[in-house]
Amino acid sequence: MNTDRYTLAALLLPAAVVFIAFFLLPLAHLFLIGGSGRLGWSAYTAVLTEPRYRSSLVSTVALAAATTAATLLISGVSGVFLSRSRFRGRALLTALLTLPLAFPGVVIGFMVIMLAGRQGLIPEITEAISGERIVFAYSMAGLFIGYLYFSIPRTILTVMAAAEKLDPRLEEAARSLGAGPLRVVRDVIVPALRPALAAAGAICFATAMGAFGTAFTLATKINVLPMVIYTEFTLQANVAMAAALSFVLGAITWAVLAAARTAAGNTVAAAG
Amino acid sequence: MSADSRSAALVPLRAARQGSAAVVRRRSPAFWALLAFTLAVCAFLIVPVAMSMLAGVTVNYFIGWRSGLTLDWVIKVWTDYRHTVFLSLRIAAACLACTLLLGVPAAYVLARSRSALARAIEELLVMPVAVPGLATALALIVTFGGVGDLRRSWLFILIGHVLFTLPFMVRSVLAVLASIDLRTLEEGARSLGASFAQRFFGIVLPNCRSGIVAGSLMVVTLSIGEFNMTLLLHTPLTPTLPVGLADAYASLRIEVGSAYTLIFFVLIVPLLIALQWASQPRDRNATS
Repeated sequence: MNTDRYTLAALLLPAAVVFIAFFLLPLAHLFLIGGSGRLGWSAYTAVLTEPRYRSSLVSTVALAAATTAATLLISGVSGVFLSRSRFRGRALLTALLTLPLAFPGVVIGFMVIMLAGRQGLIPEITEAISGERIVFAYSMAGLFIGYLYFSIPRTILTVMAAAEKLDPRLEEAARSLGAGPLRVVRDVIVPALRPALAAAGAICFATAMGAFGTAFTLATKINVLPMVIYTEFTLQANVAMAAALSFVLGAITWAVLAAARTAAGNTVAAAG
Repeated sequence: MSADSRSAALVPLRAARQGSAAVVRRRSPAFWALLAFTLAVCAFLIVPVAMSMLAGVTVNYFIGWRSGLTLDWVIKVWTDYRHTVFLSLRIAAACLACTLLLGVPAAYVLARSRSALARAIEELLVMPVAVPGLATALALIVTFGGVGDLRRSWLFILIGHVLFTLPFMVRSVLAVLASIDLRTLEEGARSLGASFAQRFFGIVLPNCRSGIVAGSLMVVTLSIGEFNMTLLLHTPLTPTLPVGLADAYASLRIEVGSAYTLIFFVLIVPLLIALQWASQPRDRNATS
């Protein structure tokens, strides 16, 4: 048994070495650099004390929360519907809904431009209806649409997988006891899906907090934290501030994921 | 992908299918409302894809498809940007090799060991997914940016991609290993005199093939599309496909961006299908 243990340790060693050398140590280094700038260690609290950073933190969190709520609602409804109904074309519809799963943020930004950009579909439609072209791709609303686009496919998959494991007899029982459809949803389906929803919601939230491919494509002046970090690093060459801000961003994201994991059982990472 | 070739997770699905058969028969107004809603969601996702594919082969998008169809934009993008496609493919292949070599053994160890340490390592390994790519990229730059020629090499991007994708490989393999009784299988083989290498290659690997394939699929698609880290890690000498895309979106006309996106779609869709297809024939034996 003892030689077994050495074999196991040896098998884990390469991954551990890479992980420590290229992730844990660099992050520790980044943490020190974050405290070595003009502001010293107070760089870490600057995100709360400096109005400029605070406003982007607030809008980033608000955007992430709105994305998560909207995604869970839309994907929850569609996911449960798809897993509960059988109709012709269902497989194709599911396949189409999950097609954008592998799209990177930059491509999703371009999809938003296609929908709501200067030459997009929605301005065409609004012009036909009201005579006014409504272009909102290059703003917070465009970013919201982009994160919805990103999150809906994977959330639908998670919801469908969880809904298919539900015992239909529970719903039958609730119905036979006189519960209406809304009560069945509220008292049977939603509680049973809670772990999956928490897991998927955490992923939505984390993505909307930290991803910046979409924001980068849409407009560099959207005031979200990842864009601020990028600007600090590239344009201002303020490595220390960028380091401190990205650490705060990472800590918040990680905390949300950890909280969701506690709420959901150990399913969050599996959903990612 | 046929129904039997999916993993054992389908068993409850079949049960649910039979159970809900009675509910399906009559279509209520709620059914049609939900179907319409889901179709609208689908349109939201698919319409821009179709639009951009069309725009990539349209002479002048402002005028519309009436201006005629052309492959000129695609050819222009391919001439100007094909090096980004090749670089992304090279990084994805290298990334896959690294995550297989590092991740599969690690997943095996984590599946075998039930200690608290193993659980802690499992948690830690997910961190690169939770921590924003910007932070990881900055950490790599401040720590290794000055080491030799690494900063200018594509290997620098590879490091970031391996960190980011490794958790997906580990999780995917681990999920399959956790669902089989590895200990009993291995004990059986050991009692028959199989060495560790024989057990690992003869029992463990074949049994987690579906997890390896799913993980590989994830790793390759994530690596090809990775942008959050790559934007900071790349140099003008090492632009990847998403970096090139962002560049085209920002500075070139919409037809060029669309044609470039079309090339991206053409690249990623067959890859997904090929990887799924590759997993099918033997998968059936592994799960039945």
